[in-house]
Amino acid sequence: MSIYTDAKYMDVPYEDKLKLFKEVKDDMRYDHNLYGCYECGICVAACPSARFYDFSPRVFAQIMAREDVDTFYELMNDSVWDCSQCYSCTRCPRQNSPGGIILMMRDAAVRAGLQSAKDALRAYSRIIYKVMSTGTQVAPDMLQPDFFPDWGTDVKAVAENLDVWRRAIPPETLHTTELAWDVSEKTRLELYMIWKLTGNLELIEGIDEGIYMILEEVMEELLDDNGYDIDDFENILEE
Amino acid sequence: MVTIATQTPAVHTESKVPMKEFVRKGEPPTEDYREKLFELEAKGELEVQRVPEPIMEVETKYGRKKKIPVEHTWHHKSCGQCGHIPGYSTSIFWLHRQFGLDYFDPKDQSSCTAWNYYASSTSNSAAQAAIAVRNFAQAKLDGYFPLIHCGTSFGHYKETREEIIHHPELRDQVRRIMDRLKMPFVFPEEIVHYSEWVHAMRHRIAERQVLDFSNLTITVHPACHYHKLVVEDAIYDRELYDGQRTAIVTGLVEALGANAADYSTWHDCCGFGFRHILVSRDFSRSFSTIRKIERMKEEADPDITLTHDTGCVTTLDKSQFAAQAHGRNVGIPVMSDAQFAALSMGAHPYNVCQLHWHGVDNKPVLEKMGIDHAKAWGEFEAIAERIESGELDFMTWEDADVN
Ligand code: SF4
Ligand code: SF4
Repeated sequence: MSIYTDAKYMDVPYEDKLKLFKEVKDDMRYDHNLYGCYECGICVAACPSARFYDFSPRVFAQIMAREDVDTFYELMNDSVWDCSQCYSCTRCPRQNSPGGIILMMRDAAVRAGLQSAKDALRAYSRIIYKVMSTGTQVAPDMLQPDFFPDWGTDVKAVAENLDVWRRAIPPETLHTTELAWDVSEKTRLELYMIWKLTGNLELIEGIDEGIYMILEEVMEELLDDNGYDIDDFENILEE
Repeated sequence: MVTIATQTPAVHTESKVPMKEFVRKGEPPTEDYREKLFELEAKGELEVQRVPEPIMEVETKYGRKKKIPVEHTWHHKSCGQCGHIPGYSTSIFWLHRQFGLDYFDPKDQSSCTAWNYYASSTSNSAAQAAIAVRNFAQAKLDGYFPLIHCGTSFGHYKETREEIIHHPELRDQVRRIMDRLKMPFVFPEEIVHYSEWVHAMRHRIAERQVLDFSNLTITVHPACHYHKLVVEDAIYDRELYDGQRTAIVTGLVEALGANAADYSTWHDCCGFGFRHILVSRDFSRSFSTIRKIERMKEEADPDITLTHDTGCVTTLDKSQFAAQAHGRNVGIPVMSDAQFAALSMGAHPYNVCQLHWHGVDNKPVLEKMGIDHAKAWGEFEAIAERIESGELDFMTWEDADVN
């Protein structure tokens, strides 16, 4: 039972929350991210997200140290995605990394396919597709006024002149519009093997089935063209 | 009522040491990751790629010396730099070419994918480590040493190094993946950020300086993933900020004779946020303009703010447009240390530094530097027109250096 009278998610079975809590505690990085907490608030003072959201890195360190499973679950749904992942909180005098705790919690939320994680990533999934399929995260052709309306008129100028302006850059690897640089087929092939061998393609299935299907098709085609069968690359982490 | 004493204190003891001198005593509080890597290599677990000669030595946070290669570098490019700030990467290459240094710009390089990981958690430690090692193995096979352009790749690879050193099960997973890829398990002796190369080269850059920067006031934004992730592996210098803050970028500003101005939110993040800059930009815009740009403007009124990472340039620069529309006190041009260094050595502002991809109007500062931006833009447009007409396929390095 939560210690807070206004606790949320009390309809979610405690065992489900505990399972996720244990997953985070079992993460190999856990011991390196939390050494206890003075509750001093230094991390909060350094934290950009704490200035703009109802968000506190201190609370993450505390609930993990106190093993407050209910509040853990609440933060995992309502707070983790506010973190900027800047690691300003590594200024902690106990050498904690609240940002590292949050990263482990996000990982577990994504693995479990929590609805809150799906909601947080809905608008983001085209980026997942870009990085997993091309090996570069952002590309010149993403600079469109409708995607970045707040970035000013130069975005429009770039979009209108994209093809010419990309070729008006001296390094040959940068004459690309759909990729940040010209990534070789060999590298993309190896990247696809890594995604498959580490279960990451299946991870996407739990978050966004549409993106998963397109990604699988793209990967299968390139692997096939190079004489590989996508099903031969089993998830080695499950063994 | 509390009164504040204004008279001279009754007892005053002169300090016997200069007030601000910082003397590092004792052993560093953290382990030496290089020793750990060499131990793993001695056990046959992985191969450590040595920093190639000639080497420049710099000091890191707790006094350990870090080796920076002068040349023979494998340029691990940055998605955001190449994609949205192409003059950033181009300036890094241009500097190497000016000094006649041997470098390699590979196509067999993937992103570190850490921007995505910090934004969405749609990956895991094994994949992230394997991606790092695949890039490192490729660099070794190509015969060059990795020079990391992105601050997040730099920070993430340092985290990956710690995980690889401490977790045998992760090493086992990476080894099995690399075996399937038919590539060796390689890790570099040092993880080197390009801005460390710029820092170590700053006096050589200053020797080749052709523009006078003594009338420029510069604020520096240090990248979080450079000096806050794995803190001990960042450059510190007793001569700068009394060794209490990373010397990166500020060292270059001073070497080029510009005035580095301080401001109260120097330690703050830029507001990039990884996912925020793409899908929750209200946060990024607010933080970068209210906590960084407005503070700099009020306290230092700089001509430029310089930084050394992809997301910082983008966030600090692009966030100012909407803030300006709301009448906020903004309007500071933003660029990377590499572009600033290149300009000082006479690089073309558009052909090389590609400043037309930046948001905030940088023409006033170009004028202050003594650059005829109208003429330079005409030169860029003339080449662009030849590309558009099909006369040229693309701009060559020779085309770029028209002036
Ligand atoms: S990593 Fe997250 S919790 Fe830590 S300071 Fe940055 S925004 Fe705050
Ligand atoms: S800085 Fe560290 S010890 Fe202090 S409240 Fe934050 S996590 Fe706890």
